[in-house]
Amino acid sequence: MTARRIPGRAAWAQHGFWRAHRLLVLRRLTQLGVLALFLSGPLAGVWIAKGTLSASLTVDVIPLTDPFVVLQSLAARHWPEATALTGLGIVVAFYLVFGGRTFCAWACPINPVTDLAAWLRRRLGIEKGWVMRRETRWLAAFAILAASAATGTIAFELINPVTLVYRAALFGGLAGLAVVAAVFAFDLVVARDGWCGHLCPVGATYGLIGKATLLRVAARGRARCDDCLDCFAVCPEPHVIAPALRGREGAGPVIVSGDCTVCGRCIDVCPERVFSLTHRFDTRVDAPPASAPRPAGRPAPAALERA
Amino acid sequence: MASEPHHSVNRRRFVQGTLRTAMGAGVGGLALALLARQSRSLPADALRPPGALPEPNFLAACVRCGLCVRACPYDTLKLADLAAGPAGGTPYFRARNIPCEMCEDIPCVKACPTGALDKSLVDITAARMGVAVIVSRDTCLNLQGLRCDVCYRVCPVIDKAITLEQSHNRRTGKHAVFEPVVHPDACTGCGKCEKSCVLTEAAIKVLPIGLAAGRQDAHYRRGWEEKRKAGEELVPGLIDLPDRLPEMKP
Repeated sequence: MTARRIPGRAAWAQHGFWRAHRLLVLRRLTQLGVLALFLSGPLAGVWIAKGTLSASLTVDVIPLTDPFVVLQSLAARHWPEATALTGLGIVVAFYLVFGGRTFCAWACPINPVTDLAAWLRRRLGIEKGWVMRRETRWLAAFAILAASAATGTIAFELINPVTLVYRAALFGGLAGLAVVAAVFAFDLVVARDGWCGHLCPVGATYGLIGKATLLRVAARGRARCDDCLDCFAVCPEPHVIAPALRGREGAGPVIVSGDCTVCGRCIDVCPERVFSLTHRFDTRVDAPPASAPRPAGRPAPAALERA
Repeated sequence: MASEPHHSVNRRRFVQGTLRTAMGAGVGGLALALLARQSRSLPADALRPPGALPEPNFLAACVRCGLCVRACPYDTLKLADLAAGPAGGTPYFRARNIPCEMCEDIPCVKACPTGALDKSLVDITAARMGVAVIVSRDTCLNLQGLRCDVCYRVCPVIDKAITLEQSHNRRTGKHAVFEPVVHPDACTGCGKCEKSCVLTEAAIKVLPIGLAAGRQDAHYRRGWEEKRKAGEELVPGLIDLPDRLPEMKP
């Protein structure tokens, strides 16, 4: 029996713990930091951000509004007031620059939950499970908007785990956490990356912004790739990597898919340091190393990716 | 396509997969719609903040952000939990717990980013969060001829929203009854009367307007009002027939 390769261990061994976990640690700090901005008020009386992730007001001047909540409100035939629309504009503008689904990886409180489920899956060797189609999230978002339109209510906010966590933490009430537990169980047992990657309509909406966003991950050093596949193993949206990494059909090095959450785990775990953060118009590709062709006898990468 | 059998198999799998996904999304959407429909009803003791749009419009506008709750200086407003109660995450208050203090600057309305709390409400006495109703005439102390008067005294719109109407106390035969009477055209539904009612279970309760208020058909006209407006008889020359009184038995 061969020992299962633990993704990230090679990078850790070669580059040290910090360089193999840098963006992961920063991400956890950002997620906690966003929550802390909201929690400092109720806990310590220092009011920085008020509200929840559906709509908020920071330092009493900056409104922020979640795009999918606005879409639901429009579907329910309510035209929101200027404050909410200003907040929507700020959020859309921000994520048009800073990565679209960066919300999912850097701010959303569900991300640590589903990351934990994915990590446990890798460690326990749980099979991929139910494989949903990538388009499921669009259909789910459409179905939810239809439900909002049919009932004339902002329907998803009844069960939206993203805002339920914040509501539970900031305003009390534990029943909402049941939904979070359900998401965890779903991701752990039913489908790998099932919630964030296939169902969540909030993430799908940020993914729309991500289709045009500036901040991206690029496989600039793709010539150095030795097909260890650690990036595919840790990536919550592994289908986004292949085009940029393999450069098939003249694809550039930038991961352009809106599905990419710019979590940067691929940057961390790559022992060859193939990936880096850059802007979407960056076409630079490092020259291939002079020696060291692909080691003979290794299976073709395409076969491995499918596994 | 006999020569390329796996093409048609792929196509079949694609169509099946797409149908399955679409049906899954449809079922999920339907379940959510049923849940949302169920949560549209507002419990009778849950009141919305001042300026809240009528309940159906409110549920289309409120994003459950809790900014009104943060703006409330008296801790009156709460966000509904997932479990029983108003639609999950929406703001409400229970008059018997903490009533609305009717702040003159209405901070909760100002805080609402979406217009679920209507900013055209600038005078808090024009708020209609609900309407007070004497729900229990047989326990109200005033209606038994005692002088409790608490609901009347605490009313922020005293002598307009609640008045004391004097009548004869038929139980003792020689005293007066001071009946608290709510006037829905002036009652803001703040809930101070319900909060202050001295009984174990309040005899006066603030109910959501949809529950407490009757409504006459739009075409109804009150003859005496129309007569006053017109300044004359609406139907001239009406014959006043003699009243027929019951005959006295010999």
